Amino acid sequence: MSATLPSRVTSASAAVTDFASTASCFEIEGLCLAYDGKQALRNLTLRIPRQRVTAFIGPSGCGKSTLLRVLNRLHDLNEDVSRQGRVSLEGQDIHAPQVDVAELRRRVGMVFQTPNPFPMSIYDNVAFGVRLQGIKRKRVLDEIVEWALDSAALWDEVKDRLHGSAWALSGGQQQRLVIARTLAVQPDVLLLDEPASALDPISTLKIEELIRSLKSRLTLVLVTHNMQQAARVSDYTAFLQDGELVEYAATDNLFTNPRLRRTENYITGRMS
Amino acid sequence: MTSWRRQGEGGWPWLAAGSVALSLLALLALLVLLGSRGLAHFWPAPVEVVTLESGERFAGQRVRQERIAGDPQVDVLYRTGNRDLDGSYWRWVGAGAIDTRRYPDDLLVLEREHWGEFLGRLVALRAAGDAVPLPAASDEAWHVLRERLTRVEALREQRRQLSEDVIAPLARRLAALRSSEALDPARQQTLTEQWEAARQRLDALDTALARDALILESVDGQRLEQPLAGVLAAWRPNAMSWVDRLLHWGRGVGRFLSEGPRAGSLEGGVWPAIFGTVMMVLLMSLIVTPFGVLAAVYLNEVARQGPLIRLVRIAVRNLAGVPSIVYGVFGLGVFVYGIGGQLDSWFFSERLPSPTFGTGGLLWASLTLALLTLPVVIVATEEGLARIPDQQREGALALGATRYEMLRRVVLPMAVPAMLTGVILAVARAAGEVAPLMLVGVARLAPQLPLDGEFPFLHLDSKFMHLGYHIYNIGFQGGDVERALPLVYASALLLVVVIVVLNLTAIFLRHHLRARHRAPER
Ligand SMILES: Nc1ncnc2c1ncn2[C@@H]1O[C@H](COP(=O)(O)OP(=O)(O)OP(=O)(O)O)[C@@H](O)[C@H]1O
Ligand SMILES: [Mg+2]
Repeated sequence: MSATLPSRVTSASAAVTDFASTASCFEIEGLCLAYDGKQALRNLTLRIPRQRVTAFIGPSGCGKSTLLRVLNRLHDLNEDVSRQGRVSLEGQDIHAPQVDVAELRRRVGMVFQTPNPFPMSIYDNVAFGVRLQGIKRKRVLDEIVEWALDSAALWDEVKDRLHGSAWALSGGQQQRLVIARTLAVQPDVLLLDEPASALDPISTLKIEELIRSLKSRLTLVLVTHNMQQAARVSDYTAFLQDGELVEYAATDNLFTNPRLRRTENYITGRMS
Repeated sequence: MTSWRRQGEGGWPWLAAGSVALSLLALLALLVLLGSRGLAHFWPAPVEVVTLESGERFAGQRVRQERIAGDPQVDVLYRTGNRDLDGSYWRWVGAGAIDTRRYPDDLLVLEREHWGEFLGRLVALRAAGDAVPLPAASDEAWHVLRERLTRVEALREQRRQLSEDVIAPLARRLAALRSSEALDPARQQTLTEQWEAARQRLDALDTALARDALILESVDGQRLEQPLAGVLAAWRPNAMSWVDRLLHWGRGVGRFLSEGPRAGSLEGGVWPAIFGTVMMVLLMSLIVTPFGVLAAVYLNEVARQGPLIRLVRIAVRNLAGVPSIVYGVFGLGVFVYGIGGQLDSWFFSERLPSPTFGTGGLLWASLTLALLTLPVVIVATEEGLARIPDQQREGALALGATRYEMLRRVVLPMAVPAMLTGVILAVARAAGEVAPLMLVGVARLAPQLPLDGEFPFLHLDSKFMHLGYHIYNIGFQGGDVERALPLVYASALLLVVVIVVLNLTAIFLRHHLRARHRAPER
C-alpha cells in the first residue's frame, strides 16, 4: 500500500512531527459556520502552527475555502453567513469587537485560486497595499516593490516592465505577482487557496518552491486538491470532509500512516 | 455569406443582416435629407429675371415646381425677396405664363437687417446726402460697393464691441449703484461721466455708419433708398465662379453657426441655441453622474440584496420609461415653483414680484433632465459594477483595504467605462428632449448667452435657447413656412451633429480609459 502513497520530498526535521512543541499561530475552537442555514463547517477545533506550512485537503465542497476565509474574516461581507466558535490569532480573538478588520486582513494575506491582479501596472499592484498603509515616499515604495517581487521570484522577469499592465502577464506570473502584492504588506500569515490549480507544471513548481522559501518568515496555510503537492510542501495536513475535521497530523504521518479508514480512502484515491 | 445556406442555417442570417442594412439605410436617408435640404439653403443659387407673357418682369430664385391635383399646368415657386416693395417674399407662377428667363451678371442680392433679401440692381451710391458717381462698368461699380461694405462692417464691429464690452457693464454697475442703499456720489459721478463718454463714442459711430446709402432698383423699375448700415452681405449670384460660390456657402454656414437669430428667427444664425443645448447637456451630465453613480453603488455594493432592493431596482428601471413631459411637469411644480419660489423669497426678495429662480431657467432645465436620465446612468453603472468579479473586491480587502478604499481604488475605476456608457446614453436622451424644457426654462429668443464675463459667469437663472425647441419654434410657430423650412432642416442636422459630437467625446474618453489596462491579444 505504501507504494501508492506520495513520498515526501522536503527534509523536514523530526521535531516537526511533535505537534505540541510548536507555537500556534491560529487556534480554532468549536467553529461552526452555516450559509443561510446550510451547515458548511461543523465544530472544528484545530491549531495552526507558526512558521509551518499547513495543508487542508478534502473533497470538493467539504469547506476548505470556507475555513480559510474565516481566518481573515472575508465572510464579514456576506450577511447570509452565521458563525459560532472562537478563532484566535496569536492568542487574540479575531472576532472581538475591538479588532480592526482591515489590519487583520493585512496581517493575514490571502491568495486565491485564479490570479486576480488589479487593472493597474505591475508596480501599482505591488504598491497597492503599501500605499493603503499611508506610505507615499517613492524611494520607500520602490524598495518595497523590488523586495516583494524578489521574494516572489518575479523580479527578474518583470523588472523591465514594472509600469506595464499587470493583465499582460502570464497566469503563473500573475499568481506570483499576487503573492508579491500580499508579501509587500508584511503579513504574518499567508492563506493560499489552491494557488496553483490554474497553472502549468513549471509555474506550479515555482510556486511550490516559493512556498517552501517563505516558511522561514511566515505561517502558511495551503488548500490543495493535489496530494503530491500537499506531501511535497506541507508540514501538517488536515483532512476535512463534509465540514468536519476528520484527521489532522504531521504530513508524513498522515500520508504514510493514516489513522482512519476515511482518510486512507481519500488519499489513495478510492473516494473523492 | 452564401456558406450560411450551405451549412443548413436556413434564411435567418439573411433576415438579420437585412434588418441591419435596412436600419443603416434609414439612418443614411435621414442624414442625406437633412444635409441636402439644410445645407443647400446657403448655396448662392442663380437668380432668374423672368418676363411673363403679360409683359410683367420680376427677379427670383427658383425654389421648386409643383403640379396641383386636377390642374394640368405646372406651377413654379420663386423666392423674390423685396418684401418692402412687393409685400410678399414668394411668387407662384404658372410655367406656361413664362415668356423668357435670363441670368444677367449685374443682378445683385443684398441680405438686409430689415425686410429680408433685396434682388435688383445698384443705381447709385450716396455719401452724406451727396451722390457719388459710380463707374459705368458694373464690375467696377460692384468693386466700389464692396469697399464701402467693408468699411461698414468694420464700423459695425467697433459698435458691437463698444456696446458689449463698455456700455453694458457700465449700465449694470450704474443700476446696481442706484439700487444699493449706501449713497456714493463720487463714484456715481465718475461712472456717469464714463457712461456719457461712451455714449458719445457710440453716437459718433452711428453717424459714421449712417453716412452711406444705396439707391437700388428692382427689375420692374421700382426704386428704393437703402442705408448701407442695414446691409449685412451683398453678392452677385449670376457672376460668381464656383470658387466664389463655395466661399459664399462656407461664409453662410459659418454665420449660421456663429450668429444669433434675427427677424423672428427666420434669418441669422443659431449660435445661442447651440450654446444653450451644449451648456444644458454638460450641466445635466455634471449633475446626473455623481447621483447616478452613488445610487448604483448603493444598490450594488452597499445594500443587502433582498426583495426590497429588487423592488427598488425594478422601480428605477421603470422610471426610465416615464414620458418626458411628466418630468417637465414635475420640474415645473417642484423645482421652479417650489424650490425656485423659496429661493426667491429668501435671497432675491428685493426683485420680487419679478422672479429670479422662481421661473424656468438653465439650472431647473438641467436638473429636470438630470432626473429624467438618472435611471439610465444608474442601470448602466450597476451593470458595470455587477460585471466586476468578486475576486477583485476580495483581493483588495485581503490586502487590508477598507470597504471604502476598495470601492475608491479598485471597483470604481473598473466601472468607469460603464459609467461613461451611462452618461453617453443620458446625453443622447437629454440632448434631444424638448417637451419638458418648454415647461422649465427654454426660451424662444434669448440672445444673451448663459455664460459670460460678468460675475458669476454662469447664469444658472437665465433662460436659454435650445436647438430642438428652436426647430419646433421656427418650423411650426412662425409665419413663413417656406422660409423656415430650410432652417428647420439645417437646425435638425445641427442637432444631430451636436449629439454625435457629444457622444463621440464620451466614447473617445471611454475608449481611452479602457485601453490603458487591456492585456495584449494573445
Ligand atoms: N457563498 C456561499 N453561499 C452559500 N453556500 C456556499 C457559499 N460558498 C460555499 N458554499 C457552500 O459551502 C460548502 C463548502 O464550500 P467551500 O467553497 O468551502 O468548499 P471547498 O472545500 O473549498 O470546495 P472546492 O475544493 O471545490 O473549492 C459547499 O457545500 C458550498 O456549496
Ligand atoms: Mg474552494
